[in-house]
Amino acid sequence: MRAATLAVAALATAVAAAFLLLPLLALFLRVPPGDLFHAARSSVFRDALVVSLKTSAIAHACVLLVGTPAAYVLARRRFPGRAAVLTLVELPLVLPPAVAGVALLAAFGRYQLLGGTLHALGITVGFTQAAVVLAVAFVESPFYVRGAVAAFEAVDDDLLAAARTLGAGPGRVFARVALPLAAGGLAASSALALARGLGEFGATIIFAGSLQGVTQTLPLAVYAQFETNFDVALAIGTLFVLAGAVLLLLLKLAPAWTRSASISPFRPAASTSA
Amino acid sequence: MDALRVDLTVPARGFDVGLALDVGRETVALVGPSGAGKTTVLRAIAGLARPARGRIECDGEIWFDSDARVDRRPEERSVGLVFQDYALFPHLSVERNVGFGGRARVDDLLERFGIRHLARARPRELSGGERQRVALARALAREPKALLLDEPTAALDAHTRAGVRAELGELVRELGLPALLVTHDFEDAAALADRVGVLVEGELRQVATPADLVASPADGFVASLAGGTLVDGVARRTGDGLTEVRLEAGGTVYSTDEASGPVSVLVYPWEVSLGLHAVADESALNHVHGPVVSLALVGNRVRVRVGELTAEVTAASVERLGLAVGRPVVASFKATATRLLPRASRLRL
Repeated sequence: MRAATLAVAALATAVAAAFLLLPLLALFLRVPPGDLFHAARSSVFRDALVVSLKTSAIAHACVLLVGTPAAYVLARRRFPGRAAVLTLVELPLVLPPAVAGVALLAAFGRYQLLGGTLHALGITVGFTQAAVVLAVAFVESPFYVRGAVAAFEAVDDDLLAAARTLGAGPGRVFARVALPLAAGGLAASSALALARGLGEFGATIIFAGSLQGVTQTLPLAVYAQFETNFDVALAIGTLFVLAGAVLLLLLKLAPAWTRSASISPFRPAASTSA
Repeated sequence: MDALRVDLTVPARGFDVGLALDVGRETVALVGPSGAGKTTVLRAIAGLARPARGRIECDGEIWFDSDARVDRRPEERSVGLVFQDYALFPHLSVERNVGFGGRARVDDLLERFGIRHLARARPRELSGGERQRVALARALAREPKALLLDEPTAALDAHTRAGVRAELGELVRELGLPALLVTHDFEDAAALADRVGVLVEGELRQVATPADLVASPADGFVASLAGGTLVDGVARRTGDGLTEVRLEAGGTVYSTDEASGPVSVLVYPWEVSLGLHAVADESALNHVHGPVVSLALVGNRVRVRVGELTAEVTAASVERLGLAVGRPVVASFKATATRLLPRASRLRL
């Protein structure tokens, strides 16, 4: 009986691994490395890479800049409506990206909620790079904020209290104690959010469109090219696989130094007193 | 006035802690069982917990006054708080921990606390005693007007506690600052403090020197915390100036205290001697017969339980008398060492 269970479990694991590995393998087997380099020099690929890097960098910077202090407040303060805010922050996580795109369009589109006001001010958001940035930020933000709240919650209250009794105001407590102690968790969530942002497709194509050199990011380029020039689509695919693998490896390494940084200061002394 | 004056009501878990206490240039210990709200008092003084009402004044500065609506933030109170677990910053070296509150005196403090050789070490590499010295140095770097210590020896191993306690007592005395420490351990309080306040169920029962607390405890709570054994009985005056107490567990003892009716008999373990037979001509008037219930080694002494009584004797006596659990013995103590307290309240330890 135990042997049978073990065999079934081993088979399930093997099937799952094969299922995940096969498409990745196919990606690399379909394209000889030489063709890959050739495809990587195509204008579609290079334009998409530039758009992706630029919009992701800006969106990610915004998410970090706004998300970090927000997560700190959500983690350390108890206020009425906190649970509601936490739920709201996580909403994009369960929303289909296409719905997020439609929602963004309804809010910022030319004749929509805010779009009219913005248009009167001479600002057009829809189908520009700004729209890509908004779509990416909207979709990736919960990945960062959720992890950041958890990272700040894990910081020992006494350490923050100690910093205050040592004369540090709230700003200094945040910068010198909370931020360094949560750094590991923040970095891990940041990497996860960045990956999600780089892969963002649904909200972007609806809200920003897919204009080469303007709003066409790498995932959009894959979609645009897979019928006309499959090699370029494959080249972009392999790039994503490699970048993703590196990111996951870094994430696996991150918890090791997160733990050592946020460990409780008190453990029963392992060594005896001097 | 360089003193810490506290008059507070602080909400603790499920009850209020009320406390009025002046701490001059001395060390005062608040001692009480776990959950008596001791830590809450320290946090309130440091500004980390908000009192329901009251006033905190230190060195002429008002830190909190519910009537005048003064409530200074923790960083605006010149206070050094040493946390129970020390709360050292794990990501900073010893040197940077100490320098967090003020860089000017770091070298001086590292030298004075004998931790210069650890300057670059991280807190996790330190022993309990070393962590305590770092925490104390860090608290003092800001040159506080008052020092607060939360359970200063609780985080230490039993075998390092006595040494660290002596060292800490000396350091705190040298500072000449108003120091308030809280502990559940009367030995800590007696060793470190000039005066001891007993805090039970949110209420300050008695404040006195450790010697006075032992000599004349206000009630059974205080007596138990000070290490005394309490046995219930009923007192009756006799003609010759003694009080006779019939113990509820059986037997009769005599006391020079005056009382009648239900009482608690207080005897300190160090005033009880043990023998195999009652000796008629010795000065002890009280003899309680019974088998040894348990033996517990405490340092170089042994606590022997005989019925409801506890005797503290040397390990040598235990060997000489051949004491073992079940062996019948006689516990003897003087009538003058037998104190009688009203039997109103007993400490549930």
